[in-house]
Amino acid sequence: MTELTLAKALGSGLRRALSDDDKVVLLGEDIGTLGGVFRVTDGLQRDFGKDRVIDTPLAEAGIIGMAVGLAFRGYRPVCEIQFDGFIYPGFDQIVAQVAKLHYRTAGKVRMPLTIRVPYGGGIGAVEHHSESPEAYFAHTAGLRVVTCSTPQDAHSMLREAIASDDPVLFFEPKRRYWTKGEVDEDATALPMGKARVVTEGTDVTLVTYGPLVATALDAAVAAADDGVSIEVVDLRSLSPVDFDTVEASVRKTGRLVITHEASESGGLGAEIAATLTDRCFYFLEAAPVRITGFDVPYPAAKLEDHFLPDLDRILDGVDRALGRVNSLTGWSA
Amino acid sequence: MSTTVPVKAQMSGAKKQTPEFVQLLDPDGKRLSDELYDPWVSDVTGDQLASLYEDLIIVRRIDTEATALQRQGELGLWPPLLGQEAAQVGSARTLRPDDFVFSSYRENAVAYCRGVQLPDLVRVWRGTAASGWDPFEVGMATPAVIIGAQTLHATGYAVGCTFDGVDSVSVAYFGDGATSEGDVSEAMVFAASFNAPVIFFCQNNQWAISEPVGLQAQRPIADRAPGFGIPSIRVDGNDVLAVMAATRSALDRARNGGGPTFIEAVTYRRGPHTTSDDPSRYVDPVVAKEWEAKDPIARVEAFLRSEGVLTDELAASIQARADAVAAEFRAGCLALENPEPLSVFDNVYATEHSGLTRQKSQYKAYLEGFAK
Repeated sequence: MTELTLAKALGSGLRRALSDDDKVVLLGEDIGTLGGVFRVTDGLQRDFGKDRVIDTPLAEAGIIGMAVGLAFRGYRPVCEIQFDGFIYPGFDQIVAQVAKLHYRTAGKVRMPLTIRVPYGGGIGAVEHHSESPEAYFAHTAGLRVVTCSTPQDAHSMLREAIASDDPVLFFEPKRRYWTKGEVDEDATALPMGKARVVTEGTDVTLVTYGPLVATALDAAVAAADDGVSIEVVDLRSLSPVDFDTVEASVRKTGRLVITHEASESGGLGAEIAATLTDRCFYFLEAAPVRITGFDVPYPAAKLEDHFLPDLDRILDGVDRALGRVNSLTGWSA
Repeated sequence: MSTTVPVKAQMSGAKKQTPEFVQLLDPDGKRLSDELYDPWVSDVTGDQLASLYEDLIIVRRIDTEATALQRQGELGLWPPLLGQEAAQVGSARTLRPDDFVFSSYRENAVAYCRGVQLPDLVRVWRGTAASGWDPFEVGMATPAVIIGAQTLHATGYAVGCTFDGVDSVSVAYFGDGATSEGDVSEAMVFAASFNAPVIFFCQNNQWAISEPVGLQAQRPIADRAPGFGIPSIRVDGNDVLAVMAATRSALDRARNGGGPTFIEAVTYRRGPHTTSDDPSRYVDPVVAKEWEAKDPIARVEAFLRSEGVLTDELAASIQARADAVAAEFRAGCLALENPEPLSVFDNVYATEHSGLTRQKSQYKAYLEGFAK
């Protein structure tokens, strides 16, 4: 058991994967000598060599497409996309090739790629450096989409993603890279496809993932001061979604709030609200509530606090679920 | 007449070729000499050339049969390769079994040469499967329909070959239209940077559906590669011998650590883009006629006859064999069975996906309603 930042936990996961399987290769921009712009791959090229930790030209389609060819050759590539907003040049290779090759070839060709994507806002960055594009990929058949919220999950889930014979989009909450936590490399991990009840509660189920798990936990503490018991569920996997765990929670609480940084329309929140309404219709005391980023491009840094769901907006959503005075009822009620 | 000695250039009437355009058999079937490329085919005997001739005849016959099958409603679509037989056969026949091909969808002659079974050529076009064959059995990925995407796959595969310390080579087949796609440029950047043993084999068939090559490139496409640090060869794509020589030289470079080569095989798509296309709307019949005169099969036939290798008897037996292959191909196509409905869910993932498991069980229950 070691205390590590989330970024270091990812690095130690990559190190273990490289040690455990010589078919694992890392590809990305600046991941070699520099160790990645977030230093996740720090020291790996020094220790494993330039054929295992590969600095690539600046072309995302090139990185993903080359990884596809390596997978044909029996390799298990781990691609780093430097920032969320840079993934779109590689989008075609991901959705038209990586996602479909196993299906296209009737299972003859496996695509055990892991595509790491630092995502989300809250770091005061410039355009294209704070986005949450996970829904595009969760919508795409053939991909698995996961995201971590703790150093332990970062380490364990990344190793599981790399070991998976399916392609995995691995979203890393970049504003939590410096969050510290205990990491046991040999711990028996919860499978990456499973959601986790992070804190138990009885009044409202608050579903979230990635960077907002910490915010949701803060909201649960604040709500408890107000006599409201929130159960926080960390989805961890966005494709597939572990609806069984969410359903069990909603059956207990009767109220569902979903929060994510990504924009509202067509997002994961819509999928979860629809499915849980279907599964728990007679258990719900109120309509599911979504607290999300707005349907706007990610704004300038000085506006991002008005885009990102924060503790107060989440609590406002909890009040909506509880039928208490909230922003939609008007404050004078 | 012995047919087991290498076919030499006829010195009379031979003209010195410029390295800018490699041609060893001119449209009239005259064997031209080329200092640089003759050595690459110096071992090719009359019998071997006759065998290539047979391949050309057979792949054209398969192609004709496939178009007929489409017209008869047995295939949803077919992309004819008429005119491009030499470019495909000449290159594919030079490859080793451990080499690996990443192609587009018109490379049915390449697939034939790689050993793809006849019915497997049309599974996709009949709509019974998402692809036709096991790539690892024949050393050829199933075709990429997204133009140019496979050039990156070929590059990655080639890099993997160098990691593995083997001298296998990967070959990316694509067309002139694909060269405008970013993926192709990225593939050349990556291949050059990693010195990948890959051949970029561009069949410049002059057309991307209705768009002439002049819309994709203002200079010969082969000129683009040197800018990426990749040597290139411009070859007569309708000359099976020249294509073979060019491909062998590129393979040799790749196997010996020399990295990638770009080959532009200049040819002409004599048919439609696919059976859904109507080239009469955009093709100048005069130009089409000119290319008919540069037919890739006629020149081999003329040469082999002039050498006394091809007799009427041999030509007839090759044609009979091609007809037999076409009949087998047709029978195999018609025997392809429709897939089971629930197989629509198969192989989306290599491992279980709970969301898909739920959808499959629900659809299964739905289908069972019809059985009642």
